[in-house]
Amino acid sequence: MTALPAANSGKKLGLVIDLDTCVGCHACAVNCKQWNSGGHMAPLTDTAPYGADAAGVWFNRIHSFEAGEGAAGRTVHFPRSCLHCETPACVTVCPTGASYKRAEDGIVLVNEATCIGCKLCSWACPYGAREFDDDSGTMKKCTLCIDRIYNTNLAEVDRVPACVSTCPANARHFGDLGDPNSAVSRLVRERGGYDLMPELDYKPVNKYLPPRSRPALPPAKPLAPAAIDTASALLRWVDRALSR
Amino acid sequence: MHPAASVIIFTTLTGAGYGLLVWLGLFAAFGLLPAEFGFGLLALALALGLVSAGLLASTAHLGHPERAWRALSQWRTSWLSREGVMALAAYVPAGLFAIGWVFLGRNDGIWAMFGLVASVASAATVYCTGMIYASLKPVQRWCNAWVVPGYLLLALMTGALLLNILLHLFALQGGSAIGVAILAVAAGWAAKRGYWRFIDTTSAASTPASATGLGRIGAVRLLDAPHTEENYLLKEMGFQLARKHAAKLRRIAELAGFAMPFALSLGVLWANSLGAGGAGLALAVLAALSAALGVAVERWLFFGEAKHTVMLYYGAGRA
Repeated sequence: MTALPAANSGKKLGLVIDLDTCVGCHACAVNCKQWNSGGHMAPLTDTAPYGADAAGVWFNRIHSFEAGEGAAGRTVHFPRSCLHCETPACVTVCPTGASYKRAEDGIVLVNEATCIGCKLCSWACPYGAREFDDDSGTMKKCTLCIDRIYNTNLAEVDRVPACVSTCPANARHFGDLGDPNSAVSRLVRERGGYDLMPELDYKPVNKYLPPRSRPALPPAKPLAPAAIDTASALLRWVDRALSR
Repeated sequence: MHPAASVIIFTTLTGAGYGLLVWLGLFAAFGLLPAEFGFGLLALALALGLVSAGLLASTAHLGHPERAWRALSQWRTSWLSREGVMALAAYVPAGLFAIGWVFLGRNDGIWAMFGLVASVASAATVYCTGMIYASLKPVQRWCNAWVVPGYLLLALMTGALLLNILLHLFALQGGSAIGVAILAVAAGWAAKRGYWRFIDTTSAASTPASATGLGRIGAVRLLDAPHTEENYLLKEMGFQLARKHAAKLRRIAELAGFAMPFALSLGVLWANSLGAGGAGLALAVLAALSAALGVAVERWLFFGEAKHTVMLYYGAGRA
């Protein structure tokens, strides 16, 4: 059913991504690809992976932006993935009911068995979270590692999305954004976490933490003229004497 | 946006077919068309044939065409589903209308009512097609008030031009059909010009700043793309070719889609006034062929010129 669940648990599982600490290493994207190639929405098909036009399905894409000019400018690495929106048009436009939002935790998923591959959901997503798999003929997207987070075969510490578990900079946080007292909700409050493209009103669950502001650098002191380096003691004395 | 050939064929063919059905239903309801067997057979076969061919073509862009029937289930939320349901529902009154006209020689009374219902259902189907695009917020060039009228008027226009060919073929008067065609071409032309002016003078509310939230730091520009090769998003949402040639394609669309059909239809009117049926038929055929070419180019451009917000993440300055 592509109608959004009328009654939900209030639980909003999602990610909080810290743009201050992300180093742009792409490890999240790679571990995501690795896990999900065998996960709920597997395979994440690659076409011609070693050919001239390698292409494939990825749930995470890491962009790098520059913002601002000069000393105030920043380079910001920007991981982009499904935001598991509260009002996801990718779900409501689906003609078959293959695209759905779970009432129990808000995760947006695709039922690969009923997807007709019309691609309309990918048009309806402003964030480019959905990628079509030419090989399976169906749409693929981030599952928030639904096969990890509830997986009792894994140690509890590993029951987080693959992207979160692998981030070496601890820039990705997973939790319930519907619970105001959760660690992720506190993080959003403390750091001023924000929505992407709020003007479109998709109400993304995932939040981004802005880069922290840095104190302005003190103005550089002009360098003292360097002493002329010479092997001769006499000439060194002449240089010193004349430099006075 | 990438213009899938099957979607362009689908919308142009069904547009013409539903447009023709709208006019057949309306003209019959107002008693403007005799229940002539040959005319009824050819007109309704053409209309339903175009619609059916278009609907079949639309399944060609699906990853799983064999599951297309599932698309009828989500009419509560999905305009694509509503379009599918309406398209199938329209066959019922259209079929009854055709039975009355072709087999019973009647297009009045209850049979005219079926025609009228088919007419409304046809227009509703085209409305749903337009709404599929007009409801997509990430594409500002689709999500605006010009899109649905554009689809409806171009359907009525191509349908009216087809009706004129059929009327000339059977030497029928059909009331003011040629006047209707001229008006429909003018209205379609105005709607398309309005649409082009709109997309030329407005842009999406979303920007690289709002897409990344980094506008608080300063102007945002892409430093490094996430991947070196193309992906689905770049192929589907980053289609460049039509935009590169947009000005030329617009001139082609305007000339073939509107200016020529308008002039040729005036020629039909003139030929009719002289009683030159053969010349009228030739001009009507040329008008419809020209319009078909123009509308196909217009539809290609409709996709090609559409910009998606996801490209803001890939270096686009605006969407």
